[in-house]
Amino acid sequence: MFNRVLRQLLYAAALILAVLVLNFLLIQLAPGDPAQVIAGEMGGANEEVMAAIRQQYGLDKPLLTQLGLYLGRALQGDLGMSYFYNRPVTELILSRLGPTLLLVAAALGFAMIVGTRLGLLAARNPRGLSSAAVTVLALVGYSAPVFWTGLMLVILFAAKIPLFPVAGMIDVVKQGGPLMRALDIAHHLVLPALTLGLVYLAQYSRLTRASMLEVLGADYIRTARAKGVSERRVLNHHAFRNALLPVVTVAGMQFGAIISGAVLVETVFSWPGLGTLAFQSILARDYPTVLGILFFSTLIVIIANLLTDFVSRLLDPRLAGGR
Amino acid sequence: MVAITTVSTPTPTPAPAARGPMAEAWGIFRRSPAAMLGLVILILVTLMTVAGPFLYPVDAFEIVWAPLTPPGQEANIPLGTDNLGRDTLAGLIAGGRATLAVGFAAAAITMVIGVVIGSYAGFYGGGVDNLLMRFTEFFQVLPPLLFAMVVVTLFQPTLVNVALAIGVVSWPQTARLTRSEFRRIRTLEYVSAMRAIGASNSHVIWRVILPNALPPLIVSATLTIGMAILFEAGLSFLGLSDPNVMSWGLMIGSGRQYLLDAWWVVTLPGLMIFLTVLGVSLVGDGLNDAFNPRMRER
Repeated sequence: MFNRVLRQLLYAAALILAVLVLNFLLIQLAPGDPAQVIAGEMGGANEEVMAAIRQQYGLDKPLLTQLGLYLGRALQGDLGMSYFYNRPVTELILSRLGPTLLLVAAALGFAMIVGTRLGLLAARNPRGLSSAAVTVLALVGYSAPVFWTGLMLVILFAAKIPLFPVAGMIDVVKQGGPLMRALDIAHHLVLPALTLGLVYLAQYSRLTRASMLEVLGADYIRTARAKGVSERRVLNHHAFRNALLPVVTVAGMQFGAIISGAVLVETVFSWPGLGTLAFQSILARDYPTVLGILFFSTLIVIIANLLTDFVSRLLDPRLAGGR
Repeated sequence: MVAITTVSTPTPTPAPAARGPMAEAWGIFRRSPAAMLGLVILILVTLMTVAGPFLYPVDAFEIVWAPLTPPGQEANIPLGTDNLGRDTLAGLIAGGRATLAVGFAAAAITMVIGVVIGSYAGFYGGGVDNLLMRFTEFFQVLPPLLFAMVVVTLFQPTLVNVALAIGVVSWPQTARLTRSEFRRIRTLEYVSAMRAIGASNSHVIWRVILPNALPPLIVSATLTIGMAILFEAGLSFLGLSDPNVMSWGLMIGSGRQYLLDAWWVVTLPGLMIFLTVLGVSLVGDGLNDAFNPRMRER
């Protein structure tokens, strides 16, 4: 047990190191002078700044020394300076991390809870109407581009049903205590989370349906039924717990894609997270920030993978015992 | 009907087993209304982008009328104009070409990288497998869109680079699928037989195992096309694809500011993306059922 956790952590550390090396290589491979790339093509790249960058990144030294310098500083949390925002990249990113994590958590929570319930409903009657509805929903959810779904919701809610705000995270005009503030954020969160969640809701409902149908044919379900367990308990307790496992696994594997989706959704709803920051800094050619975001979001994916593994083992003790 | 014909014909009807597996799969595919609907959608979308320029010869970038003219207001501009006064229908036709081309190219790149890495990992196993799978896992933790955004902006946002970027971020799933198929087939008797008669490794990989691993890979390739189209749409929506080539995502991206005044500028190209990906998904599902008849009960 302890050994396995240690091995996983070491492996995660290796992955993090690899991402940093990739970031370094991307700056080197990009056409043009690396100092120019780091300063950003639109930032205030005067000779003084350029000289400072050359000195700090050791750009006149051999490549391996440069890599060492870069890794050394990155591991101390220093991802360089954004010359566009005139702030350290790490600080900039940490100030935007919260909103993105909130959006992803809300969307994923919504997708998992509603998706698995829908899948369960469909599995009770695999040839019925609810099953067909889940299949159609899954196809539609998969096929509609997430940013377009968001824009369609904006049309609907901005003009036709002004129930939810369509942009931003906080209403600056509103005054009130922390509770009011939380409610305001939740109010703004509804549409972005719904948009991002719908894609995964569709997939999870279909996945739950399929794995429920598989699980319902298993011997232990027949045993449970034979010993007189109520049908409700068989479905909700015996079968559902096992059918949940593939959903958790897939959700963990998709985490990178979910963050990618969040980039698009944030752009549509002007949600002040990492996605809008990534978009703005790409337009400004602010590469230290862009690469910093790539690094941080990869870090989130790695952590999410570790957590997924942990949750799967909680759900299925067989995974925890062996190996 | 069928019974009468079989009885009245003296020659025995050929057993279903006599047909090839592909013909059998097509037989199943053809009988699925959803799969056929998908195929029809795809054929129509392809026709629109291929024959469209001849039937409706309007330049997608040319300013033809007043900005934000609604559909149906002018007889010669059936789907209205965008915020610059460019013809929406011409945009849909030209945009489809770029979207489909990049989608197919990116899917092809994805499949090539994924199949090569997956087959070597699955065939050789051991250290090779370990190394290749660690490499694959590394690419799996990179958020695909962010990584593609970085690659496209660091280098030039040409269509080729966009397709390459999508391919480079999408192959891990294909590699894992190929690997698991290779690991399964590698142990089968006909593979051992080929090796016993002295076939080279590359012969066994490409001529013996790969053809037998094709069905799931074809399904995966189909779904990859849909994913790549969505990916391209996302990149060009953000304005990170080639600005000189019209695409559906670009139309949505440049029209979104006028969303509340001109619904068509954003809705129509999105609908095209949706329909195309829906068609691809339906065909993919149909192929999956056709190759795995046993799984159809699900």
